[in-house]
Amino acid sequence: MPEREEDAPVLLTMSDVRKSFGAVHALVDVRLELRAGEVHALVGENGAGKSTLVKILAGVHEPDDGVLTLDGQPLRLTGPADARAAGIAVIYQEPTLFPDLSVAENIFMGRQPLRGLRRIDTALMRRRAADLFRRLGVHLDPDRPARGLSIADQQLVEIAKALSFDARVLVMDEPTAALSGVEVERLFAVVRSLREAGAAILFISHRFEEVFALAARITVLRDGRWVSTDPVEALDTAQVVRRMVGREISQLFPKQETSVGETVLGVRGLTRTGVFSDVSFEVHRGEIVALAGLVGAGRSEVVRALFGLDPYDAGEVRVDGVRLPRGRPAAALAAGLALVPEDRRQQGLVMELSVERNATLTRRWPLARFGLLGRRAERDAARTWADRLQVKAGRLTDPVSTLSGGNQQKVVLAKWLATEPRVLIVDEPTRGIDVGTKAEVHRLMSRLAADGVAVLMVSSELPEVLGMADRVLVMHEGRLVRELTRDAADEESVMLAATGTTGAPATGISTDRRGGAA
Amino acid sequence: MTATTTSGATPETPPRPSEPPRDGSSAAHRIFMARELGIGLALVLLVAATTAVNPRFVSGQGRKDLLLGATILVVLAVGQAIVIVTRNVDLSVGSVLGLSAFATGKLFLAMPDAPIVLALFAGVGVGLLCGVVNGALIAVARVPALVVTLGTLYVFRGVDYSWAAGQQINAADLPRGFKSLGTATLLGIPVLALFAVAVLLAAGFYLRSYRSGRELYAIGSDPAAARLHGIPVGRRVFGALVVSGGLAGLAGVLYAARFGTLDAAAGTGIELNVVAAVVVGGVAIFGGSGSVYGAALGAVLLSTIGSALPVLRIDPFWQQAVVGALILAAIGMDRALAARIAHRLRGRRARGA
Repeated sequence: MPEREEDAPVLLTMSDVRKSFGAVHALVDVRLELRAGEVHALVGENGAGKSTLVKILAGVHEPDDGVLTLDGQPLRLTGPADARAAGIAVIYQEPTLFPDLSVAENIFMGRQPLRGLRRIDTALMRRRAADLFRRLGVHLDPDRPARGLSIADQQLVEIAKALSFDARVLVMDEPTAALSGVEVERLFAVVRSLREAGAAILFISHRFEEVFALAARITVLRDGRWVSTDPVEALDTAQVVRRMVGREISQLFPKQETSVGETVLGVRGLTRTGVFSDVSFEVHRGEIVALAGLVGAGRSEVVRALFGLDPYDAGEVRVDGVRLPRGRPAAALAAGLALVPEDRRQQGLVMELSVERNATLTRRWPLARFGLLGRRAERDAARTWADRLQVKAGRLTDPVSTLSGGNQQKVVLAKWLATEPRVLIVDEPTRGIDVGTKAEVHRLMSRLAADGVAVLMVSSELPEVLGMADRVLVMHEGRLVRELTRDAADEESVMLAATGTTGAPATGISTDRRGGAA
Repeated sequence: MTATTTSGATPETPPRPSEPPRDGSSAAHRIFMARELGIGLALVLLVAATTAVNPRFVSGQGRKDLLLGATILVVLAVGQAIVIVTRNVDLSVGSVLGLSAFATGKLFLAMPDAPIVLALFAGVGVGLLCGVVNGALIAVARVPALVVTLGTLYVFRGVDYSWAAGQQINAADLPRGFKSLGTATLLGIPVLALFAVAVLLAAGFYLRSYRSGRELYAIGSDPAAARLHGIPVGRRVFGALVVSGGLAGLAGVLYAARFGTLDAAAGTGIELNVVAAVVVGGVAIFGGSGSVYGAALGAVLLSTIGSALPVLRIDPFWQQAVVGALILAAIGMDRALAARIAHRLRGRRARGA
């Protein structure tokens, strides 16, 4: 790490910070140094530990180990109030405002100016809010409720809040992810003026052009570990990408070679205004297609729409050439589609019900006799699948909530595989699952493909994408920007496409079709 | 600025976000104000129509009856509104009222010369104690308020029954001074109603003007964000439940003063009327918005409907249906509003993809 003595004074440091959640090591020996009047960028893949780091600075999580200092003094943050008292403001990707309260109240919540009898001085509060917006050069009505503000305006309210308590450290977690081009420009103008005023800014973004435009230094995290911190002059995009992904692809992916058959699922011009647009692709029999991209690129939204869970505004979805009606999950099921959702606790399982009940939920009617579900039929059906997937459960009558994450995921898979789908859509199939179970899930998907099922997999884990997929479709900001064959796909090409970088990539077959914004 | 943001509307439309985006939510705000005005208007119409049929409806005694009838419901509604604003609910208020009313009666049986102030303290004290139990279970044990207060609804009532053991306290057992509290007037307004007005004004002032009062709204608006802001969520919710309990205790004393005849069943089932009054009064059942004034207006409206229907010669059986229709209308308005705002939000969120 190069030391440049002539630089602005160091304001906040983190050193040897560790944080674990159960068996998962979110951060291991992470260091960071923020200087007054400087924008410091933090980059890393999904799951590299950026959000955990942000939450430590916000006082939401306390580190298990390690030291934070502010102005050279040790700093201990036991709650969000501590962070605020220390002058640290955090702006989350999705701002955390109170929708029912006015903009001015949102800015000053808990710190409202007071007058006699400790009453809130509403007029003064409103005036101060208006002053803050004037300083930021924006026109927001302090009296309007926060509900209905655009994300960009909500972020401005958050920034106004940071200004209101003279925050010296401003942490911005992917502030531009949901903004349009103009909004990004306006945000940058504000960030630059805060920098000139001497604030230390930690800027997290997946957009390299933004990182290089704003930041003086870049810190790279990978798998919860600190990789490097360098001044931007010493780096280029390709280097940063390499550091973000630079790891061995483990041999965890037992991909079987399969023969690809005819088209089963065809998606043409699928568009949902403001979410994704003009998405077209095909999935063939016996093929695993990965939908890669950054969080928020619109991948889950696409699969939800094509399955009929969400509406779409234009385009069509065909299974075996037959068009699926939009917004009808039951029709999708009947056509042989199955969707294993991303959030299994919320959407995939009924946590209080037993393993066998969950496993047979999708086949209540075929299993029933005269409209009545027999326990025996349920149990037999559940046991078949539990055995095939090696679900480790004490008893099949135990509630699903007692199983480990990996075994829960197997139950979700069992539930959908029991419908004998022709197209299996899995959203983040191995999120939050330990390594061993991951391999089992991968082996299972591979075998399904070999059996002729068309598999569409949404995944944020690059090794999984590269290891499992016959083809990789990369989404960026709601558009399908690149299609890579198994041979052409590597970490750099996928990452470059996912971050919307136009710089000449090493590999890739299709032309860059990146649209609009940024 | 309209909600018609199309996918291509990004780089070409320059300073769009900088305009004061007044329309959407201040319109919502106006509708919300209209909500309280609307209830007031409905109340005025109801009273006017009823008076047209029977002028005695608002004569001296009629007016006093109307105000007295609304008093207890208003006190309870104010407490309930404070709780509902935080996205919780207190279903135990009817039982707390019963317990406090009976405790008041018992106090006067034991000490016939006890000053009225002592009775007030005792009743409110019983209520606060019940509120502490509710609040502790919700805030510390983190059990949902709906479940906790449903449980304590039965527990408090059970305590009440076993304490009363079938005993009924009659008006004759109560000291004259206390009973006259139930009929006394000041400038033509029943003294009991003045209690309710005082409670209402104090609560309204507190919620509007104090940090902790605003924090109750913040908690109801988004509990997770409230934690991120460092608002002591548990402590505030606890406080809200204690206040609700205390006000239910006060309502118990007022009940004793008004009716005089007390047994363990006093106030049975009133909790749903209270929740109905609060919801009709424009307090969102999921917290974050509404005012105690609206809740009080809702309470007055519901109790006035109860008095007006017989005068209008409408079958009293219809009363419940009318109340139900009002609740549905109130909630329907909330939903329509929320849907409109959500729609607008989605239009704006277009990411320029």
